[in-house]
Amino acid sequence: MTKDAILGAIRRGLKRGPLPADQQAMLGGRLASHPRHLIPARSRLPRPDQVALFVRNVEKEFGTVERVPDLDGVPAALAEYLAAQNLPSRFVLAPNPEFEGIPWADRPLLAFERRRAQPTDQVSVQHGWAGIAETGTLMLPSGPGRPTTLNLLVETEVVVLRASTIVGAYEEAWDRLRAESRDARSGGFMPRNIMFVTGPSRSADIEQTLELGAHGPRRLHVILVDDDPAALPPGDATPPPPAAVPGGPAAPGD
Amino acid sequence: MVAITSPAFKENAARALADPGLQKALGTAKGAFLQRRAQAVANLPEFEQLRNIGRDIKNHTLANLDFYLEAYETKVKAAGGQVHWCSTADDARAAVLEICRKAGARTVTKGKSMISEELGINAHLEAHGIRPVETDLGEYILQLRQEHPSHIIAPAFHLNREDWEADFRRLHTDLPPDRVFHERRDILAEARTKLREKFIAADVGITGANFLIAETGSSVIVTNEGNGDLTQTLPRVHIALASIEKVVPTLEDACNMLRLLARSATGQDFSVYTTFSTGARREADLDGPDEYHVVLVDNGRSNMIGTEFQEMLRCIRCAACMNHCPVYGAVGGHAYGWVYPGPMGSVLTPSLVGIEKTGLLPNASTFCGRCESVCPVKIPLPGLMRHWREREFERHLTPAAQRTNIGLWAWFARRPTAYRWATRAAIGALGLLGRGKGAFHSLPLAGGWTKGRDLPVPEPGGTFMARYAKTRRGGPRA
Repeated sequence: MTKDAILGAIRRGLKRGPLPADQQAMLGGRLASHPRHLIPARSRLPRPDQVALFVRNVEKEFGTVERVPDLDGVPAALAEYLAAQNLPSRFVLAPNPEFEGIPWADRPLLAFERRRAQPTDQVSVQHGWAGIAETGTLMLPSGPGRPTTLNLLVETEVVVLRASTIVGAYEEAWDRLRAESRDARSGGFMPRNIMFVTGPSRSADIEQTLELGAHGPRRLHVILVDDDPAALPPGDATPPPPAAVPGGPAAPGD
Repeated sequence: MVAITSPAFKENAARALADPGLQKALGTAKGAFLQRRAQAVANLPEFEQLRNIGRDIKNHTLANLDFYLEAYETKVKAAGGQVHWCSTADDARAAVLEICRKAGARTVTKGKSMISEELGINAHLEAHGIRPVETDLGEYILQLRQEHPSHIIAPAFHLNREDWEADFRRLHTDLPPDRVFHERRDILAEARTKLREKFIAADVGITGANFLIAETGSSVIVTNEGNGDLTQTLPRVHIALASIEKVVPTLEDACNMLRLLARSATGQDFSVYTTFSTGARREADLDGPDEYHVVLVDNGRSNMIGTEFQEMLRCIRCAACMNHCPVYGAVGGHAYGWVYPGPMGSVLTPSLVGIEKTGLLPNASTFCGRCESVCPVKIPLPGLMRHWREREFERHLTPAAQRTNIGLWAWFARRPTAYRWATRAAIGALGLLGRGKGAFHSLPLAGGWTKGRDLPVPEPGGTFMARYAKTRRGGPRA
């Protein structure tokens, strides 16, 4: 059998047979405890700074961000964004239970369907599961409430993300997934697919020059819902920092 | 498998140096990746520590590869996927074809995958009536041109914008022939439109894998365009092609490797899309493939384990080594004559296809050491190329004249008195011959060497050793 042939060849190279039981138990323990390695210091910040780092990094990667105080602010923010970009007010909405409370009727011109995306859809509104400040990355696990096609088939993807779900490093997001997610099929915590999205689609295949809008969305807009009082920027005394220049540095010293 | 032209490296290189289009493309590209990588590394003070950790993770995995591959397979099965173990390229091609046939596939979309190039998947599918469509922008134009990639992360590294425009006009004949490409993004937009139809029509999607995760049974792809995700999401069947050394134990291990990969490759902090796929579509899912297959390929890797070339299996295919290589920068990727160009190819290709045909590759290096200094997993590439040169010499594969000269040099090098006498005589003779000339434009028996450069006439004052001895005795410095 091919599998045995490959494993046999590996073991011959390693000059040993199958690992003894105690070694296997040790490696099994490493898999079960999944120890963390070095986590870069850049995201080890107080909550408001961590969220601000996330925002700056999204902007650095050619995305855009708007902060709203609560879910009630989403329809207006979305309608104004779509109008400003000269986009239609029709979109495909992630059938996510968290979106049930959004008062869409506030903006009657917005028209949407809750389903997976089709190739003809131009705009999607996706549910953000977590944001990773380290690189301005959205974590989007697949599931009935978060179809993968919403991240891919549209020209413009709008992601509604709660500030309380922003973490510093990828490892923190994995630990939350391990704690909160159960996959009926495997008994594990991984859904079929998890996309980590950092900015809109791009390609540098033509003369190594970056161009936005390859096969995925040309625009990525984050509506950040400030549901985390600890993550709010400090009071009115300090003016908000200027928006990061796309492609430019994300943090002082970068 | 792709035809190999590595035995003709010298002719390939000469042709590359004389090709104005290629030289223009190499000149345009030069520096773009280097500057971006340097910037990304400078912005992450922990980068050097992450490299050491990356090296250690890979070494740990390779030392226990049998265990982690079995653990990985168990998790893939639990998530409703299948693993097809393949010893050879033939096995892998047959496995892919069988999956496609069972799916009744007529067209297959493909994400960029170097292992697919190595296995020659496209030719095999075509020969059996199935149409493969490359969807990475660079791979797409190469398929139109019937060429192979010249770079492992930027396949169309050797092309200029004019080439893209000309090929699109020639092959997209349903569009107005007089359309204007004002910007690069117009080329991109045309490819996007053309490929949309293909993504939707495909029955099977084939991607590679940057990593496999033993903890969860996931395959990971890293892209910027989104084509890999469309390829693996829309068709009914997803096939991930992966070689056995792609496995890492846990998600935390993968995080460390991902912090290294994009920075080393394109100089991005993180690629636009990093996607973890685990099994087939779940019952309540609204999208995703019904079948998930992993074609797990050995094709010569297990033979490297336990040899000095095991270190090469740490490679994460970032291309930093070729981006920083003066030889690659001068001749491009096609001159190397097989799938993997540049320093990593000069070590890997002899391991996979044999040193007999590829002996020139580990010799096509100045040993400047930049490749090793930028490698995210610290593969000692020059050292490994030197091992190949030794093996080549031991097996009498080097040409007779070269062997004689190396033998002659070795005789002198082992006899310091004779060596000093001989160098003194040679320096003296050259000094006499070249008096008043400044430099030799040609020399007997060294025509190949002086063809591309001048040899300065030695200054009076003797050899380095003679001057050194004089200085130590307290004499005047020459």
